[in-house]
Order: sequence, then C-alpha cells, then structure tokens
Amino acid sequence: MALKQTTGKRVAMTALAWAVGLLIFFPILWTFLTSFKSELDAFSVPPKFLFFHWTTENYFEVQSRSNYLLFAYNSIVLSVGANLVALLIAVPAAWSMAFAPTKRTKDLLMWMLSTKMMPGVGVLVPIYLIFRNLHLLDNRLGIGFVLMMMNLPILIWMLYTYFKEIPVDILEAARMDGASLMSEIIYVLTPMAIPGIASTMLLAIILSWNEAFWTLNLTTSNAAPLTAFIASYSAPEGLFWAKLSAASTLAIAPILVLGWFSQKQLVRGLTFGAVK
Amino acid sequence: MGSIELKQVRKDFAGVAVINGVDLKVEDGEFTVFVGPSGCGKSTLLRLVAGLEDISSGQILIDGKDVSNVGPAQRGLAMVFQSYALYPHMSVRNNIAFALKMAKQSPEMIDQKVKKAAAILNLTDYLDRKPRQLSGGQRQRVAIGRAIVREPKAFLFDEPLSNLDAALRVQMRLEIGDLHQSLKTTMIYVTHDQVEAMTMADKIVVLNKGAVAQIGSPLDLYNRPDGLFVASFIGSPTMNLVTGPSAARRGAATLGIRPEHIDLSTTAGEWPAKVRLAEHLGSDTFVYVEADGIGKMTARLEGEAQVSPGQQVFLTPQEQRLHRFDKDGNRIA
Repeated sequence: MALKQTTGKRVAMTALAWAVGLLIFFPILWTFLTSFKSELDAFSVPPKFLFFHWTTENYFEVQSRSNYLLFAYNSIVLSVGANLVALLIAVPAAWSMAFAPTKRTKDLLMWMLSTKMMPGVGVLVPIYLIFRNLHLLDNRLGIGFVLMMMNLPILIWMLYTYFKEIPVDILEAARMDGASLMSEIIYVLTPMAIPGIASTMLLAIILSWNEAFWTLNLTTSNAAPLTAFIASYSAPEGLFWAKLSAASTLAIAPILVLGWFSQKQLVRGLTFGAVK
Repeated sequence: MGSIELKQVRKDFAGVAVINGVDLKVEDGEFTVFVGPSGCGKSTLLRLVAGLEDISSGQILIDGKDVSNVGPAQRGLAMVFQSYALYPHMSVRNNIAFALKMAKQSPEMIDQKVKKAAAILNLTDYLDRKPRQLSGGQRQRVAIGRAIVREPKAFLFDEPLSNLDAALRVQMRLEIGDLHQSLKTTMIYVTHDQVEAMTMADKIVVLNKGAVAQIGSPLDLYNRPDGLFVASFIGSPTMNLVTGPSAARRGAATLGIRPEHIDLSTTAGEWPAKVRLAEHLGSDTFVYVEADGIGKMTARLEGEAQVSPGQQVFLTPQEQRLHRFDKDGNRIA
C-alpha cells in the first residue's frame, strides 16, 4: 500500500516537472514550429500546432533578403571579443580584491554591482551623442566597448567569488618558489580557476549575445549583430510572423546549442558562490 | 651558510602587537623549533622570516645581511606549508620543478635536480602523478622535495605533520630528522606539539603571547625552565605545581615537580591523596590524584602499578628534581 503511494507521487511530480518545463520552453517551441509555416498558416485562428503544410521557404527568403552570415559574424565577434577583453581586465581586478583586499574593497564591489541596477535607457541619449561625435556609431569597436563595460561588473564579481575559494597558501608557495605576480597569475591562479573562468565566460557570452538594447540603438548595418537581424523583421509593412520566426530561430540556434552542451558548467557557475 | 638573526622584531596587526620585540639567533645548520600554544605568534614569526609578511619594526638578517625589505623569493629560503600547498594542476615532477622554472634554469639542469630530489624522497615512481592521486605522506614528501630542489640557505617548516595520522607522524618525524642529518642545512620548524619539539630540535624557542619565553636545548628546558609558563608547557603530562606550606617550607611561592619524579606509596609520604583515576599504558601508569590541601596532581610510575580509584596514597617528590619559583613565577636558582 505504501509503495503504491510513493510511485504515484513520483509519477505526479515527474508529470508536473515536465509540464513546467514545457510551459517555459513553449515560446521557443512555438517560434520554431511557426518558422516552418506559410505566412497564412502562421496567422490562422485557431492556431495550428503540428498539422500544417511544413515549408522551408521562410528560411530561404530570410537568407536572400538579408545577409544572415554578416549578422552572425558580428554576434560572434562582439560576444566573444568583448568578453575576452573584459576577462583580461577582470582577472587582475578580481585577484586584487580576493587576495589583497583593503577596507574599501567591499564598498567597491557593491558599487560595481549597483551600476547594473540602473536602466540603460537613462544614459542612452548621452552615450548616443558621444558615440556620434566620436564616429563610433555602427562600429564594432564602439558597440564592443559598450558590451565589454556592461559585463565587467559581472565578470569581476563572479571571478572574485571563485578566487576566494582558492587556498592562499598555494599562491604563497608560488611566491616562495620565485614567481613574480604575473607568473603567479599565469602559471598558478588561472589554471586552478579554469572551471570558474569557463562558466563565467559562458554566462558573459550568452548575456552579450542576447543584448538587445544597446546593439539595436548603436548599430545599423555594418556592426549589427543577430539581435538587429531579428528586429528588422518587425517591419512597418506588416507582421511577417513566419519569416520573423525563421529569423529568430536562426538567431538563437547557435547560443541554444552552446547552452545545451555547457549546461552543467552554467549551473555550476551560477550557483557556485551561493553554497558555502 | 644559513644563519638567521632576528633583532627586536615587531609585527602589528590592526594596532595589536602580535609579535612583541623578538630577539633570537639561529646558527648555520641548526634545527631550531618554534613552539608555543595556539595564538602565540609562532607561525607569524615564521612567515616574517620567510618574507610572506612585512615586519612592523626591527631587523631580520640572513648571513649577516638585512633582508627586511627583500621579497620572499630573493631571501633564498624554502617553506613547507601545513597544508602542503602543492599545485593541484601540475604533476609531481612539475611541482618540484616549478621553482627551477621560475629561476629560468635549463631543462637538462631541471631534470637532473628533480630526479635527485625524487630519489632522496622515494618519489621516483610517482613523478607523473597529480597531487590528488597521492597519499598524505607522499604529498608531504613532494612538498619537501619542492623545498629541497631549491638548495635553500634554510628550510622553514610550518606545522608540516599536523595533517597526518599518528603513525605517519612518527615516521615522517624520523625522515625529517634524517634529512637534516644528511643535508646539514639550517631548519626552522614550527609546531604546537612539544613532543615533536623535544625529539627533533637542537634548540627550542618557546613563545608565549608574541614574545620569547625561553630559548635553550630540549633538556635545558626540561631540567631548568625559567618560569612557570615554560615549566608547564614542556613535559607531558604537565608538571605539578604546588603552592602553600610545602612551597613556603622550601623558600618558594610555587614548587614544580614533574609526574615522573614523584614517588608513590600506599603507606607514608609528604602529600596524602586520593586516587581519582589510573591510566595503564603497560610501559607506564599515569595516576591522577586529588591531594589534600593541594588539588589535582599527576604521578607517572614505571610499568604496571596496582592502583585503583578511591585508594588512599601518599606522594613524595624527589628533592633534587624539585623546581622552585618565586611569587612572580620566575625560577629561583
């Protein structure tokens, strides 16, 4: 009798978990399915779920209308590039906060975090004007710089929590062995912190890939990443649901695949500092 | 050459003097042990010698040269940490070779020195393993190997045996002793375990609350402790301290007598007492008593003694082994 109850409970929990998962995944699933419909089917009421005429015409049209590869290239270069530069700055910064803190370190960390709380739209106009005057609009360096600065607080914070987990006496042993500060960071600290650095970079790349405020406002064609690609399909001439869905699927597919294969790292990265 | 001298060394942390004006000299080739209770500053003192912390005032001299402002690597010392502090992502070979790599020595030289160090420490079969694949004792040897290969002027050991089990501790103690005999390099060894101090040291520095309580050879400290602190710290079980008429009769405020220098009788003696507990180790018997008018005392008898709890006994100190202390806790000659 008792055994039956446990099995019943297990089945119910599994069903519930699946239901919640599907609910959260539904928008992406719907987008994916819609990308294979004709525009008419995309609009139909009641909405067709699986039984419609599957077509790949949207993907071809999206490819011919705009240069998907340029947008994809920009997304990759901006996300990875900006975050690599941010990493070069964040590692020494996090080192100093973790291993050589002063009484102001905590305040500094809090201040960095607080900059993320301010809505970007508040400084949109000044930044836009500065970029215009410096000819940085629609320029990979310009938008790359903004993406780098946006992620710097996150990178420093996450690396700081990872570095604090590293035993100080291993670094002291390196000092006794004659390592300079740079050698200590390159040969000892970084290899030991690779899992932490990897999860941090993954998160940062995903955040930059999805960043849709500054990329839309500061780029038009040359430096525009996939976020602009999707937005270009919300055109004044009407709503092209099917093509929009095809564009969206093409835009999120790379990062979805990356996220899927690195989900263990991501979860570890996001929860690491939380458990002491 | 590896003589180390400390002159009036002080270290303050947030306004509190953790090391309070220490003077001491370690001669070349000596095995010196810094010993003391937790918080006495022995590890801090070692770290000051190593250069991992800066001194607040005073001087540290190595071979007569002032190194107070010199970084840890340039002092020519090597340290073995309590937690071994091995590089987890490097093999044993690379752990030992790291210092030589930092010194930009040639690959052939590095290989030769690593092989030599590994042979001394029986690590040759483990050179390609990672630290996590080694036992505690093997990791300890790698930490020592890493220090040896630098051919330092002095070795600094920071409680290296604390993380090992009892049997391994005894074995490693002997190995470190053998190492000192063969290398003849100066060694400074920090421990809170006075048995390690007594068995390994040429010279012991007893520290208390950031200051030197006494410096001397192990038997010096055992036979002629300068004050109550050193008298109670050295020797296990702790020295018995007796105040009152017995002390006054002998011209002292406090008498000290070690448990092994007390005669126990069931018929007559100076101090009547009641047995609380007897510990039978086979080789010795420790008898814990409640002495009338004095309090708790311990006696150590050889072999197996027929003593049971509740029994009435009499303790008599061996006169020539008595230590006398004045009212300030200092030794009366």
